[in-house]
Order: sequence, then structure tokens, then C-alpha cells
Amino acid sequence: MSQLKEMRAQIDTLLSQERWVEAHARLGDLWQHDGKAAAAGYIASSYDRLRGHIAAVKCRIALLRSMTLEPLVPILRSAALVAGIDPTVQVGQFNSYAQEILDPQSALYSFQPSIVILAVQTRDILPEIWEGYADLSEAEIQAAIDRVSEQFRALVRTFRERSNASLVIHTFEKPSASHGVLDAQQSAGQLAAIERLNEEIKAICREHRGVYALDYDALVAHHGRARWHDEAKWLTMRMPFAADSLLPLVSEWMKFIHPITGVLCKVLVVDLDNTLWGGVLGEEGLEGIQVGSEYPGAFYRSLQRTLIDLHQRGILLAVCSKNNREEAMEALEKHPEMLLRPEHFAAFRINWQDKAQNVREIAAELNLGTDAIAFLDDNPVERERVRSEMPEVKVISVPDHARGFARAIRECPYFERLTLSAEDKEHTRMYHQQAKRAELAKSAASLEDFYRSLDQEVQIAHVIPETLARVAQLTQKTNQYNVTTRRYTEQQIEEVAAQPNWGVYSVRVKDRFGDNGIVGVLIARTEGEVCEIDTFLLSCRVIGRTVETAMLGFLADTSRKNGASILRGWFLPTKKNAPAREIYAAHQFKPVATEDGRTLWALNLEEADIPNPEWIRLHVTNGSHRAEQARAS
Amino acid sequence: MSQMVPTAQNKRVLPRVVAIAVDVFQVPESNVSPASSPDTIETWDSLHHLSFVVALEQEFGVQFSPEEIEQLLSIELTAALLEEKLKETGASNGC
Repeated sequence: MSQLKEMRAQIDTLLSQERWVEAHARLGDLWQHDGKAAAAGYIASSYDRLRGHIAAVKCRIALLRSMTLEPLVPILRSAALVAGIDPTVQVGQFNSYAQEILDPQSALYSFQPSIVILAVQTRDILPEIWEGYADLSEAEIQAAIDRVSEQFRALVRTFRERSNASLVIHTFEKPSASHGVLDAQQSAGQLAAIERLNEEIKAICREHRGVYALDYDALVAHHGRARWHDEAKWLTMRMPFAADSLLPLVSEWMKFIHPITGVLCKVLVVDLDNTLWGGVLGEEGLEGIQVGSEYPGAFYRSLQRTLIDLHQRGILLAVCSKNNREEAMEALEKHPEMLLRPEHFAAFRINWQDKAQNVREIAAELNLGTDAIAFLDDNPVERERVRSEMPEVKVISVPDHARGFARAIRECPYFERLTLSAEDKEHTRMYHQQAKRAELAKSAASLEDFYRSLDQEVQIAHVIPETLARVAQLTQKTNQYNVTTRRYTEQQIEEVAAQPNWGVYSVRVKDRFGDNGIVGVLIARTEGEVCEIDTFLLSCRVIGRTVETAMLGFLADTSRKNGASILRGWFLPTKKNAPAREIYAAHQFKPVATEDGRTLWALNLEEADIPNPEWIRLHVTNGSHRAEQARAS
Repeated sequence: MSQMVPTAQNKRVLPRVVAIAVDVFQVPESNVSPASSPDTIETWDSLHHLSFVVALEQEFGVQFSPEEIEQLLSIELTAALLEEKLKETGASNGC
């Protein structure tokens, strides 16, 4: 209690001293310790003083519901605010989610949400199955399920026609079985009926872009069905949850909100001793460290398994450890019980340097900002060191003992993803290829020799359904080599690509070390004489290899074919896109207008040309590098 | 109603109830007294009442019945009711 009071006093002091970044970090600590309804009120009012002084991603969240959700709103706002997401939240009318979706004039659409959460209870929409199951025939049960799945299919379709917002749908909770244990013996049991309905709901989600299923029944089960509900609140206020269920539900929402708003970590930097294995390698040796299937090594192996899951999801792993490098690498290579091996890691800093410095170097090596990094270390001193040095790094709060580490990682919303592209799965291998390219660059006599020796092939193709997710993802994630930093959802990309005068292209780069996958995006619009570049971006992985020249050359050719005589594009500066600043000047574009630091560059296509670099094989295909796509995944 | 009158005993509970009211209703502490109620605190509407209930349950580790939820009509009534409940459960220190 007094600890919480102290934390609040400290935050109040930091706020009065206008130490915004620190105050924000301490609000996060407070929320971590005291994620309760009362603290949510304090955090929201403290944040009102911070707003505008720290960077935050804005979003607009609409809650459509069949039950009372209002007490969740301050908790949702607190959870988001401490994560650097500043939401405006609207709660729809009680139990009128269908009208709100169907009425084009509804408050839902005039609110212009970016995220909509649709939370409908089984007992509200399917009372006959929730309670009256024992009275129904098999055909009646099926009819009830069909009614709800058809209603949801129509609602989602209508919603998609009217809004670009991401939609998160709660699946339906299972009731307690009317027939008791008999239910599990029956072929068409009551619980099985809800499972069938939920499969339908998930199928509906897959039919649309940006529509996601939240497995509500699994959430309730995870936290304990018996403790999740509170009949007193349900019967008096139509809120079904117990006080301690509000935060778990909000945390589940945050797992969707993080990837939707792009507030994510791309790398997890991990310690070795007492984190990936038990014991200190330098003291206990290869045979002495604990990792395996028995106690206590099993806790460490379970963390390793969890990290491999992240790796499969496209999150890079890196080692930052105070150890002797040779010994540590030997343990990773040779320990028979180790699940993680050197090939799972994209970077290593095994030395006796300051960890904050090591983390900075890892970010630089991987071409990422430090805000894309999460840090896992059993040592609270190291955690505090990294945090105080770099508040933007997501330092994972872990319990004192390694048995809680795997769970802390699994519950961290910064590692959630809503789509998985072939590139994601290949991420680490690509970074290894990158390291080989860097070696080649060092050994090449001249830059041109280096370009030639790379043996690059660039494929430019119209966006197709298979590449839509990756193209949208690149617009959301690419910060450095990006001239306009315009973010698009899959839904928006699809709409733009369907316009006759717009071109949306994916750019794939291969070289002698392997396939980099889709690493670039071009979006351009031709209007009469003028072709304007809306988006020109390239992943850091392939910067400095003249791929950008091939891309601009392609755009110049295409514009000419479309009858344009001017190719032009804005450079909109951000904190991060300095690497792309010279691109237009370097390709003979001339500045023709400036406003507020933004510059419009233009190239007269009748006078100038951008030849394809002789060391790049350029393939332009009409949409279907489908074959390559299949081969790569 | 006689058992609802503030007693020496519930003085320990009262400041905690006030602190929760300050957080949930987002009002300055100077605006909250034992007599404060939905009539004197503008933000104490039915939905904030539910947040208040949730926050009290979390703070004191209790669960209110439907009847009790409707009885929490002022700060002092709330403190008195909590005092009773804590005596019943023997859990005098919610956290």
C-alpha cells in the first residue's frame, strides 16, 4: 500500500518537474503493480498532463456490446496509455450492435473508429442454447446456430463495406452443460454446438481482411470459468464480470490493439546465465548449467521453447550476455538439451561491456530503432540500467524466478501478430545472409564490383491477394527508407489497387545469398501528364545496393507508357527517414515546391531517363510472381 | 440504519474509501467528505457507481451482493457497510 503511495508521489513530482518521459515510464510501473479500477482513474488523469509531451500512437476504439462494458473503459485507456497508445473510446448503445452496424447514419460510423470490438454474449444472442438446451431437438439447435452465424456473416459484410476499421469479434462462451456429464457423451452436445458456431465465426473472420476472432471462451477458461463471472453485477448492472476479470479482458484486447496500431517489438534481446539456462556458465561449466526436461532445467527449456515460438512468428532473437564469448557459443552449439541454437539468433553481444551500449549496437547491426527492441534479463540491475538509459526499449518485467519467464513473454502484447508472411518466418535466415553480404562488401575492390558480385534480381509485380498482407505490413513497419511514411491497412491497399489510375507494386529482391522476399513497395497515381509517387519504400535490408534506382527506373518507364511526361513525388521528412532524403536528388529530380519542410521533386520524363543498373536483372511481372511466392514459402 | 453511523472502528476504512472515490470519480480529495453521495459528486452516475463497486471489491477483497450494491449511497454508508463485511470475513486488511 505505502509502496503504491510512494510511486504516485514520485509520479506527481516528475510531472510537476515536467520530466515527461520518466513520468510516463513510472506510470507504466504503477500500472504493472496496481492494474486496478482505482489506479486506472489516477493514470488517466495523470496522463492528461503528459499528453502532447511524449510520442503516442492515436487510435479510435469503438466497443459494440450486448452487456455493460463501461467500467472497462478507464482500464483500457490506462493499459493503452502506458504502452504509448492514446485511444479515444466510444461505447455503443446497450445491446444495439446490430443497429449500429446496419444503420449507415449510426454513431458508430460517425465516430470513424480505427478499431471496433464486437462483444456479444452467448446468453444474449442464444438464450435457447445457453439455458434451454435440454428442451431442444437436434434440428432446433442447428437452426439456432445457423441463425446466429448468418446474422454475423451479414453484419461483418455490411461493416466491411462501410468501414476500413479493424474488427475484433469475441467468439461465444460455452455455458455450463444442462445435461451435466451426459453432454460430453452425446454426438450433438450443447458445448459441441457452441464449438461449431465458433468455428463458423472464425471462418467469417478469415473471409475478410482486418477482421479477427478473439477466442473469448479460451480466455474465460484460462482465468477460471468459476471466478470469471459475478452474478450480482450481471443481475443488477448487466455487467457479467467479477472485479478481477476486467484487467484480463482488457489485456486480451491489447493483444489485438498492439499489432493493429503497430506498437510492436521486432527483436527480443536475451541474457544467457539464469535466463536461457540456470546457473553461471563461467563458474559451473557446460556440464553444470541447468537446462533439460527435469526440475529445475525444465523452466529454462520452457522459456527456450517460447522463444522459438517467437522466432517462428518472425521476431528476431539476439543475445546480450556478460560471458566469455567462446564458452557461451560452445554451450549454445553443443549442450545436448539446448533447444535454442546459434542459428536462432540474428545478433550476438557476448562480452563484458555495458548492456545498454550492447543493446544500442544490436539495434544498429539489425538496422532497427531501439524502440523495436525488447529486453529480457533475470538481473534487475541490468534491467534498470537499460531502462534508464533507453526508456523506449521494452524491458520485460519478470518475476524473481525463471519459472515465470516463459509466461511473461507469452503475455507480452508487443510480440503479438495478426498475420504471418513468408518473410516473417525467414527473418533470421535473411539477417544471416545479410552478414555474408557485409563481408563481401568489405572484400570487394570497388562498389561496382560489389554490386556485380551480388548478382541481384529485382522482381516488380502488381500487388495480388497473396502479397497484400506483406505490402501493407511494409507500409506500416518501414520507417527509414520511406519517402512519405504513409501507413496503409490491407483493406486500404486493396481499395487503392482497384482504382484504374493507381498502381500498387511489390518489389522482391534476390541475390547470390538467397531470396530477400518482398522488401519494397511502390504506389503511384497517374493523372493526365503527371505520375505522382504516393509511396516509395525499401526495407533497410536492401538499402545501398541500387535497388532504388531500378525501382525509380521502372516507375519512369511505366509512367511514360501511361502517357505521363512528369514523374514527381513528395519527400515528407520524419524523425527517422533521413536515409531516404537524397533519393530524388540522386536521380536527377528537381525540387519544384516546398512547404513546411516538405519538398516536391519532379523529373521531366521527356528530357531525363533513369537507366536500370547493369548489375541488376529486372523482371516486371503482371501480378503473379505466384510461382516464386510458392517456392519461397 | 443505526449500524450505518460512522464508528471509531471504520475510521481506518473511511480514508481508503475516500481515496478510491477520488480516483474513480476523478475529483479532488477536498471535494470528498463522509457525506458525499451521487447528489454531491457530479461524476457519480450509475456507470461510475459500477466502477466504484469494482474498485472497492479489489481494494478490500470482498464481493458485494445485489442488495449491497444498491446500499452504497454515500461515502460513510459505504465505509460502514465495508466495516461490517470485513468483520464477517475477518479479512480486515484487504491488501
